[in-house]
Amino acid sequence: MAHHHDNDKEINYVGDSRVIEKKEKMVPKDYSEFPGKTEAFFPNFLLKEWMVAVVVLVGFMALVMTEEPPIGEQADPTNTGFLPVPDWYFLFLYELLKFKWASGPFVVIGTAIVPMLAFGALFLVPWLDTGKERRPMKRPITTGIMFLALIGTVALTWVAWDEHEKQLASLPKGEAEAKIVDQRDPAYDIYKNNACVNCHGQNLEGLQGPPLRGVGDYYKPKEIMKIMDEGKGNMPAGMFQGTALEKKQLADWLSKQKTGRKITEEQ
Amino acid sequence: MLKNAYEWLDKRLDITPMWRDIADHEVPEHVNPAHHFSAFIYCFGGLTFFIVVIQILSGMFLALYYVPDIQNAWKSVDYLQNEIAFGQIVRGMHHWGASVSIVMLFLHTLRVFFTGSYKHPREFNWVIGMSIFFVMLGLGFTGYLLPWDNKAYFATKVGIQIAASVPYVGGAIATFLQGGEIVGAQTLARFFALHVFFLPAVLLGLLGAHFVLIRRQGISGPL
Repeated sequence: MAHHHDNDKEINYVGDSRVIEKKEKMVPKDYSEFPGKTEAFFPNFLLKEWMVAVVVLVGFMALVMTEEPPIGEQADPTNTGFLPVPDWYFLFLYELLKFKWASGPFVVIGTAIVPMLAFGALFLVPWLDTGKERRPMKRPITTGIMFLALIGTVALTWVAWDEHEKQLASLPKGEAEAKIVDQRDPAYDIYKNNACVNCHGQNLEGLQGPPLRGVGDYYKPKEIMKIMDEGKGNMPAGMFQGTALEKKQLADWLSKQKTGRKITEEQ
Repeated sequence: MLKNAYEWLDKRLDITPMWRDIADHEVPEHVNPAHHFSAFIYCFGGLTFFIVVIQILSGMFLALYYVPDIQNAWKSVDYLQNEIAFGQIVRGMHHWGASVSIVMLFLHTLRVFFTGSYKHPREFNWVIGMSIFFVMLGLGFTGYLLPWDNKAYFATKVGIQIAASVPYVGGAIATFLQGGEIVGAQTLARFFALHVFFLPAVLLGLLGAHFVLIRRQGISGPL
């Protein structure tokens, strides 16, 4: 609004309001005071910013087009075997709660005290670090604390992720409801004539061991042969006693045990 | 012609000061990557906003198909992803955009922190920025449940259990988030409302305040 600052009047108002006009206004520093070349925001600088945005957008869309967004099975509250995992940016909090001093009777430390101290300090940092100096090297305490916090967060996230991957890998694969693929394959007889059948069942349905139906969704023949040789979980090493050729045949057949539900690359 | 239209509008609406504030101001050299390549670190704030715009747009299109009830939520996501033209792309943008926006926000926060830009007179804008960070984390947490697959369900269950173990207020937080005693139909409806109405409204308000303050105070000077 256009104001006429009238020096004859004793009081000046802002526009047509009753707000009295202040003598001093908070006006940002004139940019010509900055050294070097300034540039108009619109359109010059905005165009350059848009160039940066385009580069990011291309990378982002490449990610979107190559990586299908995951969707699992519909939620089943009665599913007891599911390994819960939060989105990656919450993993550090999740991992924090696994420390002995931050869980069980001391869970308050993990859920309230540590996060409140850390995030409280982050919120209030302008009032904790009040010096005039802005360069990070010239305020070593602030910079140091932030670096330690960053390293801690990254380490916790990495450990949580790694642990989750390992837990996922140790879960038994295969599903009892899936169908047996290629029942007439001679490999099925190899299976029945070996120790496999005692734990995984006549029909691959699983007894003491997990079911092997649909196991091909998860393993390639080489990986299956490795499990036969080295064992996995409760399964001892060297359970398969047949010849190398039979082992190969059996592994090939087991890797064909796909549910067909998951859309894999080759389909 | 265009000038006449502008004059006509300006006479009635006084748009010149608005235009000056939004578009017509100088950008100092030290934040301009065209002059110093290392100044790209000053781009992270703008890029965060760019990704947020992508999130809002892709979210609006997802809402055309998404059904927030426990019978149909998963089915509607499965349908829009596998049956609708470009559904997978739009959901992919929203899904990956959530992670990318957190990354950008994180980088922007680190830039502001290590350049000491939160110092006088910009203390308050730092607090607004941190609030934006927490609103974004809230959007991530509530959005994670919406596809209603096992991963979503059990992650939310654990998340709420963790919140419930906070002393004094934990029980109240858990009840508020769940809308009852279990993670179920109420929870999904609630998370949907929070994710689509409440949190975005707060986010837009905070972003507006963030930008107004940047214009009032200017960008912090060179180090």
